[in-house]
Amino acid sequence: MGADPRQPILRMQGVSKSYGAVQILRGIDLDVEAGQRIALIGPSGSGKTTLLRLVMTLETPEDGTIEVEGELLGLRRVGDRLVKDSGAHLRSVRGKIGMVFQHFNLFPHMSALQNIMDGPVHVRGLSKDQARERALDLLAKVGLRNKADSLPRQLSGGQQQRVAIARALAMEPKIMLFDEITSALDPELVGEVLAIVRELAHETGMTMLIVTHEMGFAREVANRVLFMEGGHIVEDGEPEQVFGNPRSDRTKAFLGAVLHR
Amino acid sequence: MNFDFDYALQILPTLLRATVITFQATVGGMVLAMIVGLALELLRRSGVKPVVYATKGFVSFVRGTPLLIQLYFLYYVLPLYGLSLETMETGILGLGLHYGAYLSEVYRAGIDGVPKGQWEAATALNASRTHTWLRIILPQAVPPMLPVFGNYLIAMFKDTPLLATITLLELLGTAQAEAAISYRYLEPYTLVGLIFLVLSWPSASLVRLIENRIRAENRNGR
Amino acid sequence: MNLTVFLPALLKGALVTLEATLLSAAVALVVSVVVGLVRLSRFRLLRGAALVYVEIFRGTSALVQLFYFFFVLPIFGIDLSPMAAGVIALGLNFGSYGSEVVRAAVLNVPRGQHEAAVALNYPPGLAMRRIIFPQALAAMLPPFGNLLIDLLKATSLLSLITIGDLTFAGKSLVQSQGHVTAIYTLVLVFYFVMALMLGRLMQAAERRVPGATAGGGR
Ligand SMILES: Nc1ncnc2c1ncn2[C@@H]1O[C@H](COP(=O)(O)OP(=O)(O)OP(=O)(O)O)[C@@H](O)[C@H]1O
Ligand SMILES: [Mg+2]
Repeated sequence: MGADPRQPILRMQGVSKSYGAVQILRGIDLDVEAGQRIALIGPSGSGKTTLLRLVMTLETPEDGTIEVEGELLGLRRVGDRLVKDSGAHLRSVRGKIGMVFQHFNLFPHMSALQNIMDGPVHVRGLSKDQARERALDLLAKVGLRNKADSLPRQLSGGQQQRVAIARALAMEPKIMLFDEITSALDPELVGEVLAIVRELAHETGMTMLIVTHEMGFAREVANRVLFMEGGHIVEDGEPEQVFGNPRSDRTKAFLGAVLHR
Repeated sequence: MNFDFDYALQILPTLLRATVITFQATVGGMVLAMIVGLALELLRRSGVKPVVYATKGFVSFVRGTPLLIQLYFLYYVLPLYGLSLETMETGILGLGLHYGAYLSEVYRAGIDGVPKGQWEAATALNASRTHTWLRIILPQAVPPMLPVFGNYLIAMFKDTPLLATITLLELLGTAQAEAAISYRYLEPYTLVGLIFLVLSWPSASLVRLIENRIRAENRNGR
Repeated sequence: MNLTVFLPALLKGALVTLEATLLSAAVALVVSVVVGLVRLSRFRLLRGAALVYVEIFRGTSALVQLFYFFFVLPIFGIDLSPMAAGVIALGLNFGSYGSEVVRAAVLNVPRGQHEAAVALNYPPGLAMRRIIFPQALAAMLPPFGNLLIDLLKATSLLSLITIGDLTFAGKSLVQSQGHVTAIYTLVLVFYFVMALMLGRLMQAAERRVPGATAGGGR
């Protein structure tokens, strides 16, 4: 499998997750190719966030495996058993993934610049000068070059989220996860954040998993759409197909409801 | 030197009797502190400026100085002014005043926690001041304060050994007396430590349990 | 009564009180942080040991602990100077309370901060050092301030193990000079002023640590 030239960048096999007695994800199988930008859509509670959190190792699946570029994530093979992974190996795999959160989760005791530099310096071992230069570039890219020294609480929600995107990019992940990154924002700030992601999509070809309720944005930015419901992936296809001509009645009903609101 | 179990067993009854003294001081001190605390808080709310400042000053002074010196002060100074108290009475007075200053702040938080509407309702019912306080405000203010009172009760219990310094033969004083006779320190002090632990640890756990229950109830209730 | 005799003697005692307070506070601070973090560690045995320490030192009286360190430890050949015994006893006593402050403050850092650290691939120790602990610090300072003032007052117990602190100085003066009321009043005022000064100091420290709460996510 490791020799497969078209090895998926992310592979989930039979991944299940429950909270207590409630099963949230029911045996998810998913292959993501490098460069795919996947929009994850579906009703509230369908398990979209949970799927992203599993990929970020913020949760552990009780069943199934997740691989990044053919390497197990969060698990290690010992003999023929899988055990929980930690330490250097976990981090070498996890370092390929980055995530942007709904509530930004910026570090409130650090300036925008420090938020972006801290990981590159202390986790990746870049020199301070190098990291600062890169961080300033990223700040410029998200249009906040002049806010380098502002603390998060001095920034608007949209600005905070842009810093958070820059912070995730500074770690140079291969896969970016976005979990409803605009849903905590005032409506007039949504555009500036989506514009950054749009630009990122068109300029870098980075692999992305995007959970969103903005259907127009999903259709425009994604090159693949997954519709989730009840812990299953119900529909999987190109944006034109899923939005224009959904195969599943469930998808049809969902899109009908959200598009005609 | 090894722990002499025979000697320990021999002094245990004496120490347990002294525990009763410790209890009396704790209970007396707590009752007084609850009265003093409420009185201080009512004075602070009196609205009479000099009284308010004097009360605030007194509370912060008592809280800012060691209980030990306060006890010395009461024990040595009061008799000079014709106020001769029993040792136990002096101890209870010292604990009551010291902890009363702390409890006044607890009362404050508890009373501030009663919704404003309750005061307005009392006014609307034309209730008297006394009636408002005794029947409407305090019954609502006190229950949430009980765990905090519990914590101060335990803290006071652990402060009672200070009364040994004004010659009260409570637990520590009795242990000291035993040690002075036998020249053995290990057994008396170990026993005192154990007695404190055995009594305060379950009490503290109980208070924590009640705290958590109240917190859980508030969460569900809102 | 003779202030030129009282004041220098009390001042000398006050300096010893200050010294004892600062030394015990240093011990207590280190113990608080170490034990507070160990209480949150993944290793059950360590967690258990830390909990036993905390319960023992919170469950017994400071004065009893002090006497234990002063009178009992020498029996086992551990001969500490009075100051060392006192500083260690008070440091451990206040460390047990302080460790709970540290633990609670660390637990109160929003979960989103831990998650951001994972998403940025911080190893757990580094996340604690750079992300979690600095934020918890702001929440620790006010209770630490209260503990410091309690500690100042608790050092008066050291007079009972022959240390010449402010309380001891007051007692000696009373014995040699009389004037009980004046001297004990002065001693109280000395303590009060020191407590006020420490309070101010801690407030200044609080102002210098950014109140790291806004925008932290949940
Ligand atoms: N930590 C948790 N404990 C218990 N239940 C949880 C937990 N996290 C999520 N859930 C539950 O799991 C289900 C799926 O949650 P998830 O957040 O993945 O849904 P989602 O598709 O992202 O929904 P939304 O569109 O509302 O964000 C929900 O019913 C949620 O209540
Ligand atoms: Mg979600």
